[in-house]
Amino acid sequence: MSWLHLIILLPFIFAIFVPFFYKYLPRIHTGWFVFVVPVALFAYLLSYIPLIARGQTSYETVNWIPSLGINFTAYVDGLSLIFGLLISGVGALVVLYSVYYMAKEREALHNFYVYLLMFMGAMMGLVFSDNIIVLYLFWELTSVSSFLLIAYWYQRKQSRYGAQKSMLITIFGGLSMLAGFIMLSIITDTYSIREMLGQVDQIAAHGLFVPAMILILLGAFTKSAQFPFHIWLPDAMEAPTPVSAYLHSATMVKAGIYLVARFTAIFGGSVEWFWIVSTIGIVTLIWGSVFAVKQTDLKALLAYSTISQLGMIMSLLGLGSAALYFGYGNESAMYTTAILAAVFHLINHSTFKGSLFMVVGIVDHETGTRDIRRLGGLMTIMPISFTIALIGSFSMAGLPPFNGFLSKEMFFTGVLNASELNIFQMETWGILFPIIAWVASVFTFIYSMILVFKTFTGTYQPKKLEKEAHEAPIGMLIPPIVLASLVVLFFFFPNILSKNLLEPAMAAILPSFIEAGGGFDVKIYAWHGWNTELFMTIGVVAFGSLLFVSLKKWSWLYGVMPEQLTLNHAYDLGLEKVEKASHGITAFHMTGFIRDYLLYIFGFIVVVLGGAVVMLQGFSYDPSGNAPVSVYEVVLVAVMVVAAIGVLIAKSRLTAIVAVGVLGYMVALMFVNFRAPDLALTQLVVETVTVALFLLCFYHLPKFKKEESGVRFRAANLVISLGVGTVVTLIALSAQGARVFEPISTYFEDSYELAGARNMVNAILVDFRGFDTLLEVLVLSIAGLGVYTLIKLRLAGRDNE
Amino acid sequence: MKTNNVLLHTLSRVVTLIILIFSVYLFFAGHNNPGGGFIGGLMTASALMLMYLTFDFSKIKKALPINFTSFIAAGLLFAIGTGFASTLFGFPYLTQFFDYYQLPILGEVELTTALPFDLGVYLVVVGIALTIILTIAEDDK
Repeated sequence: MSWLHLIILLPFIFAIFVPFFYKYLPRIHTGWFVFVVPVALFAYLLSYIPLIARGQTSYETVNWIPSLGINFTAYVDGLSLIFGLLISGVGALVVLYSVYYMAKEREALHNFYVYLLMFMGAMMGLVFSDNIIVLYLFWELTSVSSFLLIAYWYQRKQSRYGAQKSMLITIFGGLSMLAGFIMLSIITDTYSIREMLGQVDQIAAHGLFVPAMILILLGAFTKSAQFPFHIWLPDAMEAPTPVSAYLHSATMVKAGIYLVARFTAIFGGSVEWFWIVSTIGIVTLIWGSVFAVKQTDLKALLAYSTISQLGMIMSLLGLGSAALYFGYGNESAMYTTAILAAVFHLINHSTFKGSLFMVVGIVDHETGTRDIRRLGGLMTIMPISFTIALIGSFSMAGLPPFNGFLSKEMFFTGVLNASELNIFQMETWGILFPIIAWVASVFTFIYSMILVFKTFTGTYQPKKLEKEAHEAPIGMLIPPIVLASLVVLFFFFPNILSKNLLEPAMAAILPSFIEAGGGFDVKIYAWHGWNTELFMTIGVVAFGSLLFVSLKKWSWLYGVMPEQLTLNHAYDLGLEKVEKASHGITAFHMTGFIRDYLLYIFGFIVVVLGGAVVMLQGFSYDPSGNAPVSVYEVVLVAVMVVAAIGVLIAKSRLTAIVAVGVLGYMVALMFVNFRAPDLALTQLVVETVTVALFLLCFYHLPKFKKEESGVRFRAANLVISLGVGTVVTLIALSAQGARVFEPISTYFEDSYELAGARNMVNAILVDFRGFDTLLEVLVLSIAGLGVYTLIKLRLAGRDNE
Repeated sequence: MKTNNVLLHTLSRVVTLIILIFSVYLFFAGHNNPGGGFIGGLMTASALMLMYLTFDFSKIKKALPINFTSFIAAGLLFAIGTGFASTLFGFPYLTQFFDYYQLPILGEVELTTALPFDLGVYLVVVGIALTIILTIAEDDK
């Protein structure tokens, strides 16, 4: 157990104490105690920066299940450190924000902070895990804690709906990811990602390469809300705003990005990976940005914007993986820009999206609504919030002087580079990437403007608001101010970031480049001359402004698409149909009638045993060992057949009972004939008792609806019963002719010497196999006591008396 | 008018005795001839049943104040206990022993541990049969 492990598990350990703080120190907001945790994590992780910046990595192992090779290995490299800093840094700000957002008196804070800490710990574990099984464990923990956080206000129907939806989708992805992990471990015979990196060639040559890749990508796409799995994210906005800011903008939705980045080193360079990741990413980008413009709820707008930005990062990771195809060299250097853009935008997005969510939370908190149609004119009332929103939105739109501009420019460089690729059929389709990227950026620009101007400019409509609008308390403003200052800071000093974090992260994503002796020399400049990217940005601003101004004239286009064709509708309908279908199937075969279940059981016997006899050609009849048939046996069998048919066709029950008795006595006679006196004696007495009991039951049948009709004829029953009879007969005939071993009865024939008993049957019952007898006696006792209790114990009747 | 079953009563007294003796014979004969604890127990039960059928239930209850459920417990104890007896001497569970002894009057007699085991079976069967039948019979809705 090293410090690193302790720091990862600290949120879990601390979560145990949160309810005590809540209960015994009610005067202090519980959030203040929790605030210590992310701050400590952040401070500790900062101490890794010098090590990482030197290009070194560090790992620590704690044995968990060493016999299975499952150990908690914490691994710190550039990529995981970036995520770790984001999780703890944004986490600290979110906790601070929530102290002012969540009212101490009204909210169940102990639940909130326990879930939040659980999530934080899970996320830390996820990004630092080297062992894929441990990674999966933390992955599912994030799903569970996110589920709990979305449904935090569980009294609301929409919260429960959103929580269920996100749970179903992310768990579906998580399970497929587990399957992919297991395939990977089958290929490489290890659970460690670092060890897998040494076997990249074997993995690529293996038959399970593509299935494992697709399954792992399913996990990443569902978690990161990629098309078409993005539908859970807008519904997850029912969570409290700190949760939305933390989980659904900065951390959890980036777990999929992390996974893709982490596995780029293993799967990257293949054509499938390149196309799947970049296509899904670019589709998500355009889809999310187009639909964000439609939203009237600020949080829904931000949700779609998050989807779109995640798609952008995803497509960059996909396009950048082409660098691995070329290997280290001058040619690939230009494609690594895409990877750099992805990592850089990942950080930028966390900063501006986090601050935007917090601002929206402030607006919601201070005015009582998030609906754009009711908001307006808040600029003068809430000047600080307005400034933060302006910085965040402009950064999101990709305008200088904010960090979004830098990553947006790099994004354009990445897609332009990719369109010039001459591998993977990019010659024909590559040109689509810059076009889509540009269109999506135009829409991004539009919704960023909507977010700022529809909320803060225009006319103030106090009548539509639930509360009198006013500026938020300072504590609520500090976290977004910190994030917004980072947005500006990263624009002016991007190279602090690039030297210390981005280069190691790229080394982690493309480790083969480091092995080849190369390094990354990343320099980010705000001004890089009059090039295509800049003209594209100018075009985005020009077209975006035009479309934003004329928004009212063309927004009717969104109404064209019918509700039935949306993905949400498909999801709801699918869920409903699955439930209906499974209910239908169950209702169809689970009829509640024993006769139907018996039909299934006997039908199954006929199909399986009969099928086995036919398929294995097991039927063989060998009459050579048979004893001669005597006339007594013929007569007995004839009587038995008559009696058996009599049972079936009897019109009254009494006849059937008597016929059953005849059958039983005939069996006793058979025993006599086959020289089994003990059996004959017992059979006679037992048969008498049984018939007497049958008569008893018959006598007590209720008078009402007493049917004196025979057995009703059903064709299916006839077929099944004939089938069972035939199959059993065939098997019995085949079995008796195929005796493989000598019977062991010769041993028992010495019973007088062995057990002092001339009656061999009795010797077997009480001596040789006395244990069976003991248990049969026990069975009899239980049956007797059962009858006794059934009759004597009448709980239902007691109330009536 | 109440029917007078003098004939039945008189006959039953004799027949019951015969059946009881026969059942005991079956029980002891089991080791070397057809018979044994199970059929012996059923025979005893049927002899007692005959008494119940012939005479009134309450009368027999007064004459034979036995709770037959305790027969089950006793029988099980005998059967299980016989098994444990052999373990006391270091033999596996339910190992049976037999030997021949010269007894006064009876002459050479074979004694075997299978007998108490069979006695257990006998008692359980008597207990069960009578418990079931008497419970059903007493069940007057």
